[in-house]
Amino acid sequence: MTTTSAPPEPPRPKRRVGDRIFAGSATGAGILILVVLAGVAAFLVSEAWPAVTAPAGDIPGGDGLTAYIAPLIFGTLLAAVIALVVATPLAVAIALYITYYAPRRLAAGMGYVIDLLAAIPSVVYGFWGIAALAPAMVPFYVWAEEHLSFIPLFAGPASATGRTMLTAGLMLGVMILPIISAISREVFSQAPALHREAALALGATRWEMIKMAVLPYGKSGVIGGAMLGLGRALGETLAIAIVLSASGGITFNLISNSNPSTIAANIALKFPESTGLDVNTLIASGLALFVITLAVNMLARWVVNRRADFSGAN
Amino acid sequence: MTTATQPAPGGTEQQGLVERHRQLPRFALAGLFAVGAVVGVLASVLTGFNLVLAVIYAVVLGTLSVYVASRSVEGSRKAVDRLVTCVVTTAFAVAMVPLVSLIWTVLGRGLRRLDGEFFNSSMLGVVGEGGGAYHAILGTLIITGLTALISVPIGLLTAIYIVEYGTGRLKKAITFLVDVMTGIPSIVAGLFAFALFAIFFGPGVRLGIMGATALSVLMIPVVVRSSEEVLKLVPNELREAAYALGVPKWRTIVKVVIPTAIAGLATAVTLAIARVIGETAPLLITVGIINGTNLDPIDGRMATLPVFAYYQLTQPGFPPEFAIDRAWTAALILIILVMALNVVARLISRFFAPKTGR
Amino acid sequence: MAKRIDVSDLDIYYGNFLAVQGVNISIEPRSITALIGPSGCGKSTFLRSLNRMHEVIPGARVEGKVVIDGQDLYGADVDPVDVRRQIGMVFQRPNPFPTMSIYDNVAAGLRLNAKKVKKAELDDLVERSLKGANLWTEVKDRLNRPGSGLSGGQQQRLCIARAIAVEPEVLLMDEPCSALDPISTLAIEDLMTELKERFTIVIVTHNMQQAARVSESTGFFNLAGVGQPGRLVEFNPTEKIFSNPDEKATEDYISGRFG
Ligand SMILES: Nc1ncnc2c1ncn2[C@@H]1O[C@H](COP(=O)(O)OP(=O)(O)OP(=O)(O)O)[C@@H](O)[C@H]1O
Ligand SMILES: [Mg+2]
Repeated sequence: MTTTSAPPEPPRPKRRVGDRIFAGSATGAGILILVVLAGVAAFLVSEAWPAVTAPAGDIPGGDGLTAYIAPLIFGTLLAAVIALVVATPLAVAIALYITYYAPRRLAAGMGYVIDLLAAIPSVVYGFWGIAALAPAMVPFYVWAEEHLSFIPLFAGPASATGRTMLTAGLMLGVMILPIISAISREVFSQAPALHREAALALGATRWEMIKMAVLPYGKSGVIGGAMLGLGRALGETLAIAIVLSASGGITFNLISNSNPSTIAANIALKFPESTGLDVNTLIASGLALFVITLAVNMLARWVVNRRADFSGAN
Repeated sequence: MTTATQPAPGGTEQQGLVERHRQLPRFALAGLFAVGAVVGVLASVLTGFNLVLAVIYAVVLGTLSVYVASRSVEGSRKAVDRLVTCVVTTAFAVAMVPLVSLIWTVLGRGLRRLDGEFFNSSMLGVVGEGGGAYHAILGTLIITGLTALISVPIGLLTAIYIVEYGTGRLKKAITFLVDVMTGIPSIVAGLFAFALFAIFFGPGVRLGIMGATALSVLMIPVVVRSSEEVLKLVPNELREAAYALGVPKWRTIVKVVIPTAIAGLATAVTLAIARVIGETAPLLITVGIINGTNLDPIDGRMATLPVFAYYQLTQPGFPPEFAIDRAWTAALILIILVMALNVVARLISRFFAPKTGR
Repeated sequence: MAKRIDVSDLDIYYGNFLAVQGVNISIEPRSITALIGPSGCGKSTFLRSLNRMHEVIPGARVEGKVVIDGQDLYGADVDPVDVRRQIGMVFQRPNPFPTMSIYDNVAAGLRLNAKKVKKAELDDLVERSLKGANLWTEVKDRLNRPGSGLSGGQQQRLCIARAIAVEPEVLLMDEPCSALDPISTLAIEDLMTELKERFTIVIVTHNMQQAARVSESTGFFNLAGVGQPGRLVEFNPTEKIFSNPDEKATEDYISGRFG
């Protein structure tokens, strides 16, 4: 390879007016996005600041900002983790089913139906959660309290309405299922045909082929998709606000009526009636949520992109 | 050249060069599953019938009987394969349950108030029976329209920047930040719009345009992402063909790249609209709710369909059933809107894609 | 309107990678010049530098001079867009605009540049260009059908019609027949011989017979070695190149004793 040392800067090509305007506005739009994002961070910080500096006694609850936000963060994470644990295996199975098991002619339609699940507004999920899912879960909670209460998760007392952390988590799971399965589907279907056919040519069964040629290839894609789902679950607001009966502090008890709220749901519930420092406190909690989801999403992108670097798939 | 010389693990007999598998026929598998399932249902009937338990028993026993039979006839490798097939299929069926249940519930409860009055009247002065979401439907259309008006140009131009003009660090930074923006929780977008407007108008401010701003923060990255994908699909050869005719770059983009991608772009925009039209949380804190009709997005609170549904359900007043019915009907309309947008998107991409066939 | 091209000491870069080095060549007007050489030696790169298509690729640049009838293409005040209007190009793979009809494809050069032309004039131009590309009889009944509905060879002739419709002075063709069957190839070769009455044509080809059949002069590009830049090894009248070349490398390549 022939290289030259520091080539002389070529004369800037003359640009037409139309080109300059068009390129300028395109670049401007791109830069606007930088500005908006910086704005989101800056305005949140500036509006959260009074709550950070306020004396502990003025914060709702009276024990300072950390004590106010901590149970919310806990609740947010707990609900999201339940959702993730429920949704990921199901999503992977769905993706496998659609890519490798379903009859060819039906597969596209099935994928479309799953995508529709993602399009349903979250408030509707909330409606469904409180009207259908929660009551349906009650018998299980009663049973779990009777037989499983030695496990702290099922300590009870069982909720009579079903508006528990577990219900909220399951509902979130249903909501993020399509996100994870869409991405898994994508990476599974991109698994190199060469490897798959090689596996089949070696006499592998379908499952062995998937184990050998599809799952290793799709693993980081699935992880990335799961983390994107996690990001979505962390930020989910109204479905939780509707379904979760929130009153308590930090607890791992998933089937009772007193649960920690989540940051987003708490904001939605309290914001309309809040004034003064309460608003600042809520915004501070929103900032915390922003930071958490940001971290999760960046991690997810990193995982997904790392796959892109290594797989050689275009 | 390798198949025949592979060692044949469990269940296959090697005869010369050809491997023979003993196979269970399809109907036998289905039959086995059915037998297992019937036994499962019987078990649940004997222990006191419960629909959910019955289904679980049936699936588990059906799967087991297929596995055991396959293992004894076809060998363990094939049996595992069959087991996984059952598990994966079951998982798919399980995932369908919430969808069906959701549609069923919303239809069942939403149809009750799906009447003319619901579309013709607002909630002004309505206590108890009657009333409708006229004001909320219009509000949603106005705010979503405004959002699209803000987001589509910005999103499209940004995508054009990334695909056609961007180089170096700025491009990397913008691509990355669009990714970051995709992950902003909707409530945070609402808080942002609130904080932004509170600086100028004081903390009690509620405006339609605030909601549109918040929704734009959510919609722009979606538009950018998907239009970027679509623009990248336009073959470079077409751009070069235009350049070689002496067409300036911007005209190439406007007259060649965008028309070629127009179906994909329209689909992308439609889906992005579908994504924000049901957003509730940001509107809850930026636009609020009113009972009357306000169609002016720069003057005070407005009603929107999702927020309307939310408040009708959670603060139904007394007697509650009328408000709750309205809530479900609003939810049903939301779903119909979203589905309609999705269908439109499909149709656009089906009918307006450039014809390439011979 | 055909013009002569003088290239002197042209170095062509992709970023810091020197792809083609030290090209000196004079291309006569109203003639066909063929460029041959092994894959990767920089024929396309050189061709694209003749109408400043090269710099469309990010980081790509050239050093040296390309002069067309006394005007330096790479002069500081020269707009590449104007250069490309004078020097048309036909690509290896036919690339009609998929959103446009056959008619619109031919008219694209004018339409996309927002030239105000009367309908009748445009009709006339389209007909002349399609006739010039020997495509008129085949498509005159379906001018409003999509251009992508034609066969590969027809598409390529459509692209040629599109290129000559803007009445350039030079026509650059990068392996225009490599995706085509022998019949279409012959059709395009015949077309080239007609077109050279009006245009200066430079064609890249891997088909030695084609070069021998159609061109007056032939340039042989070669790599000096692995990782070395491509060079113009020999440039001579076509008969000489194919009967009695100056360079050993040329002879080896032409007689298939290459590498
Ligand atoms: N876009 C590009 N970026 C970087 N290097 C390039 C690019 N295009 C071509 N090259 C390099 O420049 C050199 C010349 O390539 P070019 O395409 O001009 O060869 P060619 O003679 O046309 O080959 P072929 O006969 O296969 O078409 C090669 O080493 C190639 O790798
Ligand atoms: Mg080439």
